[in-house]
Amino acid sequence: MADGRGSGGFFGGTASERHLLGLQGMHPSRIEPFLDLAENYVLLNRSRKTQRDLLRGRTLINLFFEDSTRTRTSFELAGKRLGADVINMSVSTSSVNKGETLLDTAATLNAMRTDLLVVRHAQSGAPALLARKVDAAVINAGDGTHEHPTQALLDALTIRRNLGRIEGLTVAICGDVAHSRVARSNIHLLTAMGSQVRLVGPPTLMPADADRLGVEICHNMDHGVEGADVLMMLRLQRERMAGGLVPSAREYFRFYGLDTVRLARAKPGALVMHPGPMNRGVEIDSQVADHPQQSVIQEQVEMGVAVRMAVLDRLSRMQMA
Amino acid sequence: MTITLFDRVRLIDPATGLDRPGRLLVRDGRIDGIDSPAEGAPEGATIVDGQGAVLCPGLVDMRVALGEPGHEYRETIAEAAEAANAGGVTTVASLPNGVPAIDDPALVRLLRARGEETGRLSILPYGALTRGCEGKEMAELGLLREAGAVAFTDGTRAIADSRLMRLALSYSRAFGAMVVQHPEDPALARGGVATEGELATRLGLPGIPAAAEAILVARDVRLAQLTGGALHVAHVSTAETVRIIARAKADGIRITCDTAPPYFDLNETAIGDFRTYAKLSPPLRPESDRMAIAAGLADGTIDAIASDHAPCDPDDKRLPFAQAMAGGVGLSTLLGVTLARVHDGGIALPRAIELLSTAPARLLGFEAGTLAAGAPADLCLFDPERGWKVVAGQLPGHAQNTPFDGRALEGRVLGTWKNGRRVFG
Repeated sequence: MADGRGSGGFFGGTASERHLLGLQGMHPSRIEPFLDLAENYVLLNRSRKTQRDLLRGRTLINLFFEDSTRTRTSFELAGKRLGADVINMSVSTSSVNKGETLLDTAATLNAMRTDLLVVRHAQSGAPALLARKVDAAVINAGDGTHEHPTQALLDALTIRRNLGRIEGLTVAICGDVAHSRVARSNIHLLTAMGSQVRLVGPPTLMPADADRLGVEICHNMDHGVEGADVLMMLRLQRERMAGGLVPSAREYFRFYGLDTVRLARAKPGALVMHPGPMNRGVEIDSQVADHPQQSVIQEQVEMGVAVRMAVLDRLSRMQMA
Repeated sequence: MTITLFDRVRLIDPATGLDRPGRLLVRDGRIDGIDSPAEGAPEGATIVDGQGAVLCPGLVDMRVALGEPGHEYRETIAEAAEAANAGGVTTVASLPNGVPAIDDPALVRLLRARGEETGRLSILPYGALTRGCEGKEMAELGLLREAGAVAFTDGTRAIADSRLMRLALSYSRAFGAMVVQHPEDPALARGGVATEGELATRLGLPGIPAAAEAILVARDVRLAQLTGGALHVAHVSTAETVRIIARAKADGIRITCDTAPPYFDLNETAIGDFRTYAKLSPPLRPESDRMAIAAGLADGTIDAIASDHAPCDPDDKRLPFAQAMAGGVGLSTLLGVTLARVHDGGIALPRAIELLSTAPARLLGFEAGTLAAGAPADLCLFDPERGWKVVAGQLPGHAQNTPFDGRALEGRVLGTWKNGRRVFG
């Protein structure tokens, strides 16, 4: 195309490089540049400087079909700190019911010449479907139970900054793995970078054939946290109880909640992580969530902005190349 | 009086065990005889020179969803007939769970008549097993049968209630018709869109365990035994189901089954990257299941191959995977994909024709599927070696949602005849 916005791969690399749809199959050599670049943005953010010329004149649309204040705000801040024009579009389910399909929305945004499209959708594969139809670089901000790549990148950055490495660590991902896109993206990233990953949770919250993802499965939390360097807690949605997958919140906390006793079974100084929002007293005890030395939950939020700046930076450079 | 002479053809008739070069004479829409006259041609005869191509009975596709009535925008009967004829198909059995459901004798007669009106395709309607195909009360099976329903089913909906299934198997005996089941336990499959396992886990798609099929088939086998009713299991897709059916047959239970080309030609990897054209019901399975289905065709456990033709509008498929409609078109690719099993040595060519024509005609009790003298001249002439490529967007008919997009095939239909009249080629 005359203005260089190729709809295919010619101007912008292959589809898998042009967009960030997921981390499955991504080689460490493609993951590390995101983390290295994000380190720079951490320093930049802490010095309260911005880099407003990088994405000047470029349009970023946050297209959220599912509510998420935290991820949307994080992308918004990242875009603004790089100088992009950021527009938030919350498409509630009701307006989808009015008849406009996902692809109608895609066509509309395409006509508006969007450069970067951040998509959150309740259906697995929705960002991939959009990516086939728009010229913009599509960034998956969470799709169904499929992937949430920027969350895994920010988790990796948090781990690397605190423990100095990712390779060789033992990471326990605990809770509702079956319904978690965060877990899937983390599994792909961490196993690719050489961590030992353990999935810990009741069998009803484990996805089928999870053992084929290159991880260890553990249904006993006490054993699952044993000697771990990192404990990643996942949010347990209330509807899992209604769906009969878990009998009650108190039973869940008794067997799978992270409290100080269980934390003590992990490696001394093990990191406690949570993608938020937390259910205190369900999957995590407040004492652990607020642990001054071991909880890095707030730091994850800070890393989130830096990682998203790095992602926007790299994808828009690829687009301009 | 019209006379057509098919000369220089390889005649294959599984009904009589015939497979040899020869000629076939058609007179007034019926097969007059084989090898007559020995030389020359009757006066006024149209001569079709087959140049060695295969002439076999027109295909009988025992599982087709028609867009009519109710979803004409997906595919009309005329469009379905065009796709069918291009695939060598001259008879289809149509599923009853459209809008409205085929639960009234007048609707059965209407569909029969609509088929005859096309002049190129016989439509054999399945009657709804329950009113509105809602799985609650039994429909008027006797009246539907009298009107021309070939068998009873709720189409793509399984009969979940065990007592209802028992009654249906029992009551339908009085009218000599089988009960056709969509084999999937709805409670176990609820919300699922892909086969449960590693791939669905990676894609973050809700899974349907293979056990959902086996459980319902095992239950129905037991109910068929209890009632003495005739059970037909549609689109068998797992190794476990094949084993259950083989054992039930050995035990003398009245059970038959069919499968569809996607289940012996594709596996679950076809849905990779959320390809909704490969979203089917039952879902595509792992390679081990595909191999078991292929083996079931060869050893006779599986009685017939049906296309499981399900036309969808592009808007039904241009959606996130879980929201997209399940189903694929299959009329025009039915023969070609089945011949792939012949070319890689899985089954012999006459067995393939039996699975596609003679066997389903027998199951449906319809006079077709044979080249015997006196039979209606429903014929398919094809070159088993001629190559072509399936391209979504270029298929005959209207709907284009093929799961075989891009598949290279060997075996192409050269001509199709319905009651002696050429309708394709």
